[in-house]
Amino acid sequence: MNESELIRIFSSIILQAAPLMIAVCGETITERAGVVNLSLDGTMLMSAMTGFVVALNTGSVWWGFLAAAGVGAFFAFIVSFSSIRLRQSQVAVGFVLTLLGDDLSAFLGQNYTRIPGPVVKFLPIPILGDIPILGPLFFDHDIVVYFAFALVGVTWWWLFRTQPGLHLRGTGERPEAAFARGVNVNRVRYLYTLVGGALVGIAGAAYSLDIKVGWAEGYTRGLGWIALAIVIFGGWSPIRGALGAILFGATKALATILQRTFPEVSVVAFNAIPWILMILVLLVVGSESIERIILLMPRTLQRPLRRILRAAPPMALGTTFGEK
Amino acid sequence: MLVEVKDIKKYFGLVKANDGITLTFKDGHIYGLLGENGAGKSTLMKILSGYQPPDSGTIFLDGKPILFDSPRSALAQGVGMLYQEPHDMPPFRIIDNYLLGRDDNILLNYRTAERELKEFSTRYGFSLDLDANVQSLSLGERQQLELIRLLAGGAEVLILDEPTTGISSEQKAILFESMRKLAREEGKTLILVSHKLEEVQELCDYAFILRKGKYIGGLDIPCPNEKLVEMMFGQIPPRTERPSFQLEQPVLDVRSVSISTYRLSVKDINLTIRAGEVFGLAGLEGSGQRLLMQTCAGLVRPDSGQIILDGKDITNWSYHKSKAADVAYIAAGRLEEGLVAGLTLTEHVVLARKEHSFFVDWASAKTDTLARIERYQIVGRPDSTADELSGGNQQRLLFGLLEPKLKLILLEHPTRGLDVQSTNYIWDLLYQRRADGTAIMFISPDLDEIIERSDRIAVFSGGVMSRIVDAKTTSAEELGHFIGGQL
Amino acid sequence: MKNKSWGEKIWPIVPILASLGFGASLLVMFGASPGESFSAMWEGAFGNQANTLSVVAFWIPLLLSSAGLLTTFTAGLWNIGIEGQIIMGSIAASWIALKLEGPIFLLITLEILVAMIAGALWAGFVGILKTRGGVHEIFSGLALNNLAIILTNYLISGPWQPPEGGTFRGTAPFQDAALLPRFAESRFAPISLVFVIIAVGVVFVTLRGTSWGLKLKALGKNPRSAFLLGVSSEREAILSLMFCGGLAGLAGAVRVLSWFDSLRQSISGGIGFLALLVVMLASYRILWVPLIAFFFSAVLNGSITLQLRTQLHSSLGGILTAVMVLFVLLFGQGKVLGIGKTKKPPGLDADIPESGR
Repeated sequence: MNESELIRIFSSIILQAAPLMIAVCGETITERAGVVNLSLDGTMLMSAMTGFVVALNTGSVWWGFLAAAGVGAFFAFIVSFSSIRLRQSQVAVGFVLTLLGDDLSAFLGQNYTRIPGPVVKFLPIPILGDIPILGPLFFDHDIVVYFAFALVGVTWWWLFRTQPGLHLRGTGERPEAAFARGVNVNRVRYLYTLVGGALVGIAGAAYSLDIKVGWAEGYTRGLGWIALAIVIFGGWSPIRGALGAILFGATKALATILQRTFPEVSVVAFNAIPWILMILVLLVVGSESIERIILLMPRTLQRPLRRILRAAPPMALGTTFGEK
Repeated sequence: MLVEVKDIKKYFGLVKANDGITLTFKDGHIYGLLGENGAGKSTLMKILSGYQPPDSGTIFLDGKPILFDSPRSALAQGVGMLYQEPHDMPPFRIIDNYLLGRDDNILLNYRTAERELKEFSTRYGFSLDLDANVQSLSLGERQQLELIRLLAGGAEVLILDEPTTGISSEQKAILFESMRKLAREEGKTLILVSHKLEEVQELCDYAFILRKGKYIGGLDIPCPNEKLVEMMFGQIPPRTERPSFQLEQPVLDVRSVSISTYRLSVKDINLTIRAGEVFGLAGLEGSGQRLLMQTCAGLVRPDSGQIILDGKDITNWSYHKSKAADVAYIAAGRLEEGLVAGLTLTEHVVLARKEHSFFVDWASAKTDTLARIERYQIVGRPDSTADELSGGNQQRLLFGLLEPKLKLILLEHPTRGLDVQSTNYIWDLLYQRRADGTAIMFISPDLDEIIERSDRIAVFSGGVMSRIVDAKTTSAEELGHFIGGQL
Repeated sequence: MKNKSWGEKIWPIVPILASLGFGASLLVMFGASPGESFSAMWEGAFGNQANTLSVVAFWIPLLLSSAGLLTTFTAGLWNIGIEGQIIMGSIAASWIALKLEGPIFLLITLEILVAMIAGALWAGFVGILKTRGGVHEIFSGLALNNLAIILTNYLISGPWQPPEGGTFRGTAPFQDAALLPRFAESRFAPISLVFVIIAVGVVFVTLRGTSWGLKLKALGKNPRSAFLLGVSSEREAILSLMFCGGLAGLAGAVRVLSWFDSLRQSISGGIGFLALLVVMLASYRILWVPLIAFFFSAVLNGSITLQLRTQLHSSLGGILTAVMVLFVLLFGQGKVLGIGKTKKPPGLDADIPESGR
């Protein structure tokens, strides 16, 4: 394998990872506000279908993305409304929506399967695209990929360097204290759940309009769950989450390479890789191993290391905020 | 700022937490708000600080009637409250915690924030490590941070709710000094909510006393303690006589035990407790007493050393094994770490049993439960759930679940949040146990309780057990000095 | 119990009617007549003896799984992995069916046994990952579900492929002695009815009348307090998962040995996820579970006829069941089907002294 082939592989990894990065960013801010949106898998299926159908009927991918964002926001709204107003379990409602999204997308999309449709246009950036190595990797894509990277940066900045970001994080950590500081906890939860859901919707449409154009039953099935796991793996931080998304995108490329090198091994074995990886990744994050490793480091390094490698969820995740 | 509350009423269901209270607070003074648990002090101050609205009544600031709809609007108008558990964000950096809610700008101004934090710290004698996360600070430091935030936010009236529980005596001295400065030099109005008479005598100019939701009266400070006590309780509660007791052979032997977790290390603890002895652990939160107790219970494994119970080496025993060997552990959080909300009393009785039959005989379990309700005077029925009981009854239930004969009882904050009668009752139960030969080890942030109830006291300071003293020969001040590290 | 007003008594029907209305509007959207569609569904479910028996045959593994889930829900766990546990039960039973020979009662006993063990172990794996590895059971369950599916596909297209060649459809049909004896020409095996009655009875007695059931209840409500009261939280969590996995494995065996006659690609038929919905709709009350499971079975079997009749995608059945649970969660407001007790107002912070003590 030569260098240009390697670059092409990495470039396709970035492309594959982009929708996942968008979904992970969206769910990260939702969970930072204290809401867990378990409906991601169903939402992505519904938004992928909706995005494709609308784009096909209107001839424009942008209407498709808009519709998909709407679908994503709507599903997220159901989760947040039932938690905040109706005091139902977020996990229960999210899970039902996942199943519903799967069946509903299959039913509503039944006349649109395996049809070609509009694609997001390829958009290389002129000068930057010519830089050796970095060029084809990052600047030779379409707007979905650029959006994904920009989103990661903006999300990070918003979360950690702005006042509204403090409000958001405070809501997820200690809503009573945030309330005492003047934050309207429930309004913040609604807002970021909707935004996060819209982003997940966009991610779903990014599949049916960019990565793997078209629609069929169960098209994106499993990706929502992987996104949820990556949020945990990413320690609820957009940058680490993006790295996790790229890691998962790499497994697909790795599978293709391994398949070529070992043609005898059945293809089903490679399908297993993402799921085994999910378990491994959550094992590393969930067990005490990270903390033990940090304790072995020199004292001065411990604090910054802990900040980077921290994997603790927002303290109020999944809870409802009571009226006083 | 002149603060007046007129005819404040707040009811929770049938309970009259505040029943028509009228008070006046003048600037430049430090007021004490006294009363036993449940008198209504916290409720009133939460109303004054904007955390909850009154059912009726008005608040006047400088003569103008004011309505607060949130703590933030209260602070904007000059009233700030420092809670016992400060309203901060543990995982945040100090500077982010300070900036949250400070203004409406989108961008965070770190430079100004840093400057302000440094300025306020030096003015009041606080010393803060600005780079740390809030959760790594001690309770006293978190209080200081919150005070700075309130003052920077424009507080002219400062309410402090039981601020000295769990902070060192140095930090307490710094706090009191800053309070005097705020009142005398800066003309602010300070209100100290407390049940500790010595502190009120030391710091305040005037005291308001509440009892059962009503305002009883006010007194100039200093004044004789008996007058305060009389107004607080209606009658002087009888001092429970501590019966003298003949101690017997050792039950618990802790030899050179060292424990470490990622937050705290406790080194080289040595102590021996004899049958029937009441042993108190004194010190600030996070000094190691809790860790030692959990190690004795089998919840934490020590790094080195030995723990001997009645001749047996239980150093590496699990919690359940120790429990089966008649070591009982009662944590501070009754519903969080002890009882199960949603389960009935009968179900608790069945669960807590040492031996479990495969099938549950609900009829006999109910009879057993009724017997325990009677014996421990629990206000509740066998089919009441644990969360329906009041705190005092929950504590009695926890006692009622204990095995009849125990070697060692470990208690964290046994009388937390309880009124005087419940406290006395719990200690009666404990003294009955010690008459059976059970050794008792307990933690309490209340130095008076430790001195009054213990036979001997171990002093903890920063992960070191500095000394063991005889309760009869020491005093609260001396203990406080030991805790502060002045050996 | 206070006397309920007329409105309160009627209320539980509303979400059910609303979900039927939702289904009807979907049908209209696609040009089918709701009346005809619902009658097609009715016919598909109860139109003739074969259909009715199919409903019963589908109901049995669904009920087995739901009964198992009651245990894990009591322990406070979300056993999403039940789908995979059913599949592993099917695989284990298939292994016996394909590899061994012998008299029918020996084969069936072995098949049931290994199926339950396989399901229990697959679930135990979820438990260990949770207690030792800190991996939430939703994720490990999901991953293991997919791994079980991948294993099935591998076996069908590889080592266990039928003589005509691997087609991803299924293995060769099992020998007669390996199958559960069926009633008439239907898919219903009467012996499985015996299994399910015993299983539901065992679950009922376990949860209400044994110490272990009480421990699970405590664990589900407050793991920390349960531990301090003497419950081995980790061990009981794993055991409750294995208990559920065992029942799921049994369901898988019933599927592969009576509903089908070979190991197929979608062997579990979504029954695991459906069972979660059943228990949620029944608001975790054991007496409601068999009824709701039967109702779901009727809806799903009916929707297959609907597809044949109207050429519409059969996922309508799944949509109806999911929407029903969703609407109950949204509109039920806790009073529908008696979910829980009404929440008490937030307690006071300070302790009010007891009077008269």
